Amino acid sequence: MNALAVENLCHSFGTRQVLQNVSLTVAQGRMCILLGRNGAGKTTLFSLITGLYYARTGLVRVFDIAMEANPSAALAQMGVVFQLPTLDLDLTAGENLRYHAALHGLPTELSKARSREELSRLEVLDRIDDPTRALSGGQRRRVEIARALMHGPRLMLLDEPTTGLDVPGRRALERYVRTLCRERGIAVLWATHFLEEVAADDDVVVLDRGRVCWAGSADRIAPDLGVGSIAEAFALLTGSL
Amino acid sequence: MKVRHALRALDGILRREMLRSLRQRARLFSAIVRPLVWLAIFAAGFRSVLGLSITPPYQTYVLYEVYVVPGLAAMMLLFHAMASSLAMVYDREMGSMRLLLTAPLPRWYLLAARLLASVIVGLPLVYLFLFVARFWDVRPPILGYVAVFPALVLSGLMLGAFGLLVSSMSTQMENFAGVMNFVIFPMFFASTALYPIWRLAEAGPVLATIAAWNPFSSAVELIRFALYLRFHMVSMLVVVTCLVAFFLAAVAGYDPGRGLWARRGAEG
Repeated sequence: MNALAVENLCHSFGTRQVLQNVSLTVAQGRMCILLGRNGAGKTTLFSLITGLYYARTGLVRVFDIAMEANPSAALAQMGVVFQLPTLDLDLTAGENLRYHAALHGLPTELSKARSREELSRLEVLDRIDDPTRALSGGQRRRVEIARALMHGPRLMLLDEPTTGLDVPGRRALERYVRTLCRERGIAVLWATHFLEEVAADDDVVVLDRGRVCWAGSADRIAPDLGVGSIAEAFALLTGSL
Repeated sequence: MKVRHALRALDGILRREMLRSLRQRARLFSAIVRPLVWLAIFAAGFRSVLGLSITPPYQTYVLYEVYVVPGLAAMMLLFHAMASSLAMVYDREMGSMRLLLTAPLPRWYLLAARLLASVIVGLPLVYLFLFVARFWDVRPPILGYVAVFPALVLSGLMLGAFGLLVSSMSTQMENFAGVMNFVIFPMFFASTALYPIWRLAEAGPVLATIAAWNPFSSAVELIRFALYLRFHMVSMLVVVTCLVAFFLAAVAGYDPGRGLWARRGAEG
């Protein structure tokens, strides 16, 4: 069973078509990189998958649960890190996590224990009682990831999670998310425009101007297109040579 | 939707609203000072120029301060609702609204929980004001403080639902200056909060008609009558009807398929 299956998804804002027949799948325990330039439609796709926008055409299934038919059950399986920071700056890191846990119906004691556990894994436990306003960009991102994991999701959606982070911060975040796939069997859809975030054994979906123009294993993209590197393949696919 | 899950979510939303409210001390302070300034300065000035006849629910001539206090209590609810609405627009711009709307609960429930939490957080301030107003000889019967509770809750919910509707239509925080000038101030001034309807009729029949149809007037009268242990059926019906209408319109505004939320897009 796929963790996420998107079938023939279309979306437009007014007369402007931003997604056209987008289909992709993310297998359980796999890391899928959604690669696309700015404006390719990645964030719109995330908004449709998470039900922020209503998909008029096409289907979104999360562990075989149709988003349209049962959004609550589908959303319960997902942990989402949005492109824009969504922490409440007036609350502490711990309060942000417990707020999220409450929205997912976790009892207070479990939510307290889990917030400590997740923040500890991400090495920000020492900031649990600090207002998120006082945290650095990298620490805020880590708190957001900890928050997304609070309810034990089986699918993680991360929309350009490394934006604004320095190189070591990006690497550390990437490493951590890969361990989630390996150790907890979580499926990950990671949207980015940074090619260096793609590893050889990842699945890759290239999105350009609202269309999927290539999908497959990362180590196949360059040979399939007859070029020497993923960067050249991406440039060829998106016409950015 | 499981009841336990729904209650935990409501508890989480309520806690968040309370924490935010307590930490935004300037907002808290101005929320209580604003009606007191109106009572201490505006009402004192008007007392000498504005005569009031015996108007229900009052059974005798009353001081202008006595007349204006229910209107100022409703004003507190109105400003609180608009501050909450502004916070919704802020949350949307800052992204934290996405967190609420992607919670695994029906969207109408999340909006209702947010509305209820906002009203619960605003009520203690209204009570504080009503008790402080006793120093200005505004002394309704003690039971009136109990009787006014449902009136305050209903009025708060109605005004909060209106704020929710406004937030569903506002694209940017900057638009809120326009909302203040063209919605809140006319709603407040063209009502029975500061002057009885017969006074407005003397100034002009059109203004009196607007005030009579203004749902804010109904909120004011519902509070005024309840505070003096009377029940105003028409006002309650108007408040409940407007609450339902505003809330349904707000839910439609936040609908992922139909509302502004869906029409606007952030691409990436």
